[in-house]
Amino acid sequence: MVADFDEALTTFAAEVGPDGPVCARGGRTRWSLGGEPAPGTREVQAPAGIVAFEPAEMTVRVRAGTPVAELHAELATAGQRTALPERAGGTVGGALMAGESSIARLGLGLVREALLQARYVCADGQIASAGAPTVKNVSGFDLCRLLVGSLGTLGLVGEALLRTFPVGETERWVRLAGAEADAVRSCYTAASVLWDGTDVWTLLSGYAVDVDKDLGRLAGLGACEDVDGPPELPPHRWSCTPAEAAAFDSRNGAAGRFVAEIGVGVVHASEAQPPRPVEPGVVELNRRFKDRFDPHGRLNPGRDPLRKP
Amino acid sequence: MLGSHRRGDRSAAVPAADDTDAALIADLVKAIGADRVRADAAARYLASRDASIYKEGNAGPVCYPGSTEDVVACVKVATRHGRAVSPRGAGTGLAGGAAPLGQPVVLSMTRMDKLLEVDLDNGLAWVQPGMVNLDLSRALAPHGVHYAPDPSSQAVCTIGGNLANNSGGPHCLAYGVTSAHVVAVEVVLSDGSVVTLGDITAEPAGYDLRGAFVGSEGMCGIATAVAVRLTRNPPAVCTMLLCFEDVSDAAATVSAIIAAGIVPAAIEMMDQRCVRAIEDFAQAGYPEDAAAVLLVEVDGASGGVAIASERVDGIARRNQAISVRIAADEDERARLWKGRKSAFGAVANVMPDYYLHDTVVPRTRLVEVLERIYEIVDRHDLLVLNVFHAGDGNLHPILAYDSRVPGVVERVHAAGREIIEMSLDMGGALTGEHGIGVEKREYMERMFSAVDLDQQGRLRASFDPYCRMNPGKVLPSAHSCSDIGALRASDAAGVWG
Repeated sequence: MVADFDEALTTFAAEVGPDGPVCARGGRTRWSLGGEPAPGTREVQAPAGIVAFEPAEMTVRVRAGTPVAELHAELATAGQRTALPERAGGTVGGALMAGESSIARLGLGLVREALLQARYVCADGQIASAGAPTVKNVSGFDLCRLLVGSLGTLGLVGEALLRTFPVGETERWVRLAGAEADAVRSCYTAASVLWDGTDVWTLLSGYAVDVDKDLGRLAGLGACEDVDGPPELPPHRWSCTPAEAAAFDSRNGAAGRFVAEIGVGVVHASEAQPPRPVEPGVVELNRRFKDRFDPHGRLNPGRDPLRKP
Repeated sequence: MLGSHRRGDRSAAVPAADDTDAALIADLVKAIGADRVRADAAARYLASRDASIYKEGNAGPVCYPGSTEDVVACVKVATRHGRAVSPRGAGTGLAGGAAPLGQPVVLSMTRMDKLLEVDLDNGLAWVQPGMVNLDLSRALAPHGVHYAPDPSSQAVCTIGGNLANNSGGPHCLAYGVTSAHVVAVEVVLSDGSVVTLGDITAEPAGYDLRGAFVGSEGMCGIATAVAVRLTRNPPAVCTMLLCFEDVSDAAATVSAIIAAGIVPAAIEMMDQRCVRAIEDFAQAGYPEDAAAVLLVEVDGASGGVAIASERVDGIARRNQAISVRIAADEDERARLWKGRKSAFGAVANVMPDYYLHDTVVPRTRLVEVLERIYEIVDRHDLLVLNVFHAGDGNLHPILAYDSRVPGVVERVHAAGREIIEMSLDMGGALTGEHGIGVEKREYMERMFSAVDLDQQGRLRASFDPYCRMNPGKVLPSAHSCSDIGALRASDAAGVWG
């Protein structure tokens, strides 16, 4: 059904208004991703708060200004969470607009698949709704996928309906000194496999019986110890193919210290990734999307998803 | 949605090709060769329909490109002649999405059916769009991986068609629909340029154009190569058949399984009329005395599969299941699934025609939704068979009828409209996996506001500013491009059989 919007959303839309450069501020955890807002850009903040958590439906409707950690704390009361990564102070809207998936992506899935419905303020100040209130939907073009990772340059998200799922019955981080990352990756319960060129960290998540079985297999690979969590991640994010990430140390001396996400392709490194060539056709399409959705370039001016990461 | 149709009914005559097509055909032949272009009535008739009973499709010349270069050449020739282009795969779509409107040049992608590369190191395979879904999983089997989306038509439908419709299937409950399994896609745009949307790195730069393209029903460009994600075969699988004396108990079981935090690979539901039709047709071993059965599959690591299947068993019994059967081996599992996947064919034994709906409702409301469906269908004096993806609330009520009975088609449409409206009123969606096509185009305004539809129009226009690709679909006429030179108003209006 065509939606009635709640007051928090209409207030947000009024604040965004129909003109003038504007950007949305979340937790400022990825503030300079794709460029900082141009000088003179007015800052607005999306409303916060959980609108409706329906554990039996495995969905949660949440306002974009809600911290992800706060959302996950609420979902945890029913043993659930979302695929959104938690960063100190990071918001739901920020996580969706950055589009960067959690280091537990192998287990949680991608951020871009978490968004079922978005309510956002368009460039002309009106509120649009994309997607559907259900866990499955192909009614029309898939604006939700387009919005995730768009850095707020196509619309400013005020509210999101997210897919939730059960947290594994048991979750354990372990570190394996000098292990083969590939061998760890073959564990079915591995929700994350991180490798720094020497050691491997893995998050095993699932039923206790399966996690225990995988722990037994890992013990056979060498020294294996329980740890509190992943290693500290260097600040820069590289986008590689899974094969490149698995062979990272021998190829990229310039990256400095690194932690590669095995089976995924994200590499966290102390130096920034050199600019990647982008097909001219892709650049042109990006320009066309921006022009169509924000003809006056008022939404998050200065930011460009082509400049990620 | 209008599903199967009367066999041999060719009452919708194909209009004669315009004389002006002679120059177009000559240019197409020159571009890709005489053996790849057909303009005879038979070829055009076949390319004018999909698996729905929408009869107003009207194909122009039909091309069978063998390469990306062929597709580019066809698009350029069509543009030069002021004609739109409509791509099609196997034509198994159920919403008229592949029914060409306005005599466009039709590109049948079925000759581009190769598996180009299996890249296990990157967990993906590059395939051509005409490759049949099941052929892909069969080709991948020796590697211990598969392609997860499994529409009921998987033995014939193509990856390109799946991409265009963002297709689902029973196992999409746990694994996600097509969009989650497309890593990158090479497309030919309406200006004849070739561009790869997405790439095989973890986080491609720019907007998620890949995601915007998937599910665009052929209206944003033509896919010529697709990188699909490979899914590791689960180490353990448990397939269960749960039988109930009451449909409501089965529906309540579905809601209770999800509420218990269990996400099976699939939860499929079939009611008694459907079960009986399947047994007559495919002998899957379903009990014909049950009012409803659930086919539940749990997969993953072996310990979890044992625990989850035991919990499902307990939930079913607490909801008055009369029996719970676990497939003892791969043969029994295959037979149980064969029954489910034969359901639509089995309807032919019940009535000569059927209208297959596809809406989504919240999975916590299945009990009341099913009651409403039976009430609507009874009131219109029709027959309904329910077979659907219960786990994600994706309904597929099949209205079976005989179109020779005067007035029945009108009643089928009236009941269908009520089912769609009821689904939306329950907090649902117009379509879960079949798409909008022409069938639900005019319902879009019931689900989306003018602002929402304007935003969708911008997505489409960013890819195809002149609306040359498969025009007349998805967006209601008031919200689609105004500049559709090749689309004739009479065709766009459409008539449902």
